[in-house]
Amino acid sequence: MRKEGDGATELSVTEIQTLTRILMKRQAALSLRVAAVFVVLLVAIPLLNLYASSVMATPVGPFSLTWLIVGILFFPLTWVLSTYFVRQSERIESETSDAQALLKGSVTK
Amino acid sequence: MIQLIPLLFVILIVVATVTLGVWSTRKSQTASDFFVAGRQVSVFWNASAISGEYLSAASFMGIAGLIMKNGYDALWYPVGYAAGYLFLLLFIAGPLRRFGAYTIPDFAEGRFDSVGFRKIAVIFVLFIGFFYTMPQMKGAGVTMATILNWPYWAGILVVGTVITFNVAVGGMKGITIVQAFQYWVKVFAISLPFFVLASVLGLSATTVTDNLEQPKVVPTLIEATTVKVNGKDKAPSNVLALSSVGQTKLTFPEGAEIAALTTVVKLKPGQHLPPVMGDLNGQPVLGTTKTLSLKPGDVFSASVFSLLDDNGQPIVEQGKTLKTNVKLEFEKAAKVSMAEGTSVPNAPANSKWTNPYGPLTSKWGYPVLYTFSLIIALVCGTAGLPHILVRFYTNPDGKAAKKTTLWVMVMLGGFYVFTPLWGLLGRSIIPSLYASGGFDSLVIKLPTLLPDKTMGLVLSGVTSAGAFAAFMSTFSGLLVSMSGAFAHDVYGKIIRPDASPESRLLAFKIAAVVVGIVSMLLGLLVESYDIAMMVGWAFAIGAASYFPLLLLGAWWRGLTKYGAAAGMLVGGTLSLLAIVTSMLLDRKVLTMNLPPLTRALMEQPAIWGVPLSIFLMVVVSKMTSDRLPPHVDLKILRLHAPEEMGVGKNYIEG
Repeated sequence: MRKEGDGATELSVTEIQTLTRILMKRQAALSLRVAAVFVVLLVAIPLLNLYASSVMATPVGPFSLTWLIVGILFFPLTWVLSTYFVRQSERIESETSDAQALLKGSVTK
Repeated sequence: MIQLIPLLFVILIVVATVTLGVWSTRKSQTASDFFVAGRQVSVFWNASAISGEYLSAASFMGIAGLIMKNGYDALWYPVGYAAGYLFLLLFIAGPLRRFGAYTIPDFAEGRFDSVGFRKIAVIFVLFIGFFYTMPQMKGAGVTMATILNWPYWAGILVVGTVITFNVAVGGMKGITIVQAFQYWVKVFAISLPFFVLASVLGLSATTVTDNLEQPKVVPTLIEATTVKVNGKDKAPSNVLALSSVGQTKLTFPEGAEIAALTTVVKLKPGQHLPPVMGDLNGQPVLGTTKTLSLKPGDVFSASVFSLLDDNGQPIVEQGKTLKTNVKLEFEKAAKVSMAEGTSVPNAPANSKWTNPYGPLTSKWGYPVLYTFSLIIALVCGTAGLPHILVRFYTNPDGKAAKKTTLWVMVMLGGFYVFTPLWGLLGRSIIPSLYASGGFDSLVIKLPTLLPDKTMGLVLSGVTSAGAFAAFMSTFSGLLVSMSGAFAHDVYGKIIRPDASPESRLLAFKIAAVVVGIVSMLLGLLVESYDIAMMVGWAFAIGAASYFPLLLLGAWWRGLTKYGAAAGMLVGGTLSLLAIVTSMLLDRKVLTMNLPPLTRALMEQPAIWGVPLSIFLMVVVSKMTSDRLPPHVDLKILRLHAPEEMGVGKNYIEG
């Protein structure tokens, strides 16, 4: 895609690797952060069903609280988490590409 | 009774699918333009196609039925099926697309430079694939039995043959547009009939609050009903557990053989049956009765009774007298008639159904463990489905792969949110399914109970078409990836590496026919299993084999092929063995006296299978750390570097 990158201005494998290592670390941290929220929810709901069963059985509209959370609200919740993840992950990637472009610039000059 | 209108809908969807397939194969040039034109369009249609392939008979028919049967606990199925994509998104979708691997065997070979490892990966494509095709076949059998009154095997034979033929002649190969179309058919078919039903029957039919106010109540029959109960050959579905709430009167129009007469509550040592358990045509049925032979027209009445202690006194536990009722196990299939208002046999009481830790997870007495194991299987297993990962190749790059996954989650959520509502409708409108065990036919049967018969048949036609779209798309997708594995990996790489493209294509066609036939045969064996549970098992096997491979393979530099193979083989095979043994025990093919904890862990193995697999991968990789694949750093680079950096082009291929 990038025509201007051809020729003598290419970065070395080591430089690319360093960039990617930083990228991977940031991506992994992001993935783990989102996964942690998700896992906490998945662990908390069954435990609340066990230890706070009367609270979770409170009627809310036509459902009980726990039925509402698991049967209806859980879906939009995963959408929120994944939207956040995709936005952040795109930001990290474009920052990495920018850094690459900067480095390339410094090589030409 | 043949239902003409639903049949027309089914024919329509089959014709539309085949026509669309043929049309887009001919115009494949245009179709590919269609998908790469502009990122927005492409992401949207890709997501529709992935969702279309993913929503199988388990999603369309199985979940609603499983929720009607078991209540709250089964809600974890739709949640897990949809939420599993979050793990796929967070850890796997982007790297897998960037790596350029289209199938797991491709990934396995590319990541470790090992043809041998490809073979192991192929075995699991087939294991998981066959586990996943069984419930699709059951979906076909049940749908045809409901619409046309065909025997179960006939539906499987006809539908299985049509789809297999279609795939073998190339009608479904890699056609994104057909899968995308079928997603929208399914969403329409699950939502529109629901709105009509809820507005005609009243929203009160879809609430759980009434259940909470009357915890002990069991659904009662709305009209006099005759159901067919299966025989011993279809155990465990040959049972009628009579309600512990009130009197139950059963009439046997054609007689029946009762192989075992027991109680709903299992007797513990020191507990005894009362002298009389019920009456047969006015004659007492004694507590010592073990079997019954019923003549046509016999009437059996049972009322709730107390269990007695060694001194013949009623047993009191926690201030309550221990009461139960009779459980009948049928030798052969038989018809049973019940009057209007009868408390339905096999139906859990409101409180058990509405609240967590009900009949599904409490089956072996370890409800919390069971729930967590189920959640792990569903959430991790999504990443291990061979026919789904293939679909990610249609994304132009890793960024689009992530966006597509996000859209898939939105589309799946929009579908799954309706399934619990169908389960609720089922419990209030068609409780006779508890007695007959035909939960998987819920979405097709329920609309026919509308007061307006024509409208009912039209809506049943819509749900039948949705069911067809569901098992057609998933079964076709599985056939393609399994036959592809045979033709490409087994034949092309292992048996005859020098095979010409023509002979590979022939191998694909032969493989499709063989896989199709085996799937149909397996489908015949599983009539008594719930569709959604079987798919859950396929997930459990995927979770313990492919999920750790992809997760560690994408993120951990130190994974060696020995570690990956050890974890996958041991974790995946043990999970598979546990599930198969558990199925054979249920069907009483095997008889072993295992402790309930073992049974629970065998039925839901993910809670030990996934950690075991990951543990072995790490330990064996550490032991063989001198055998890292060559160029491992470049491989990791390729998995993670954004396409704009030009890594694939300039640093790997060059």
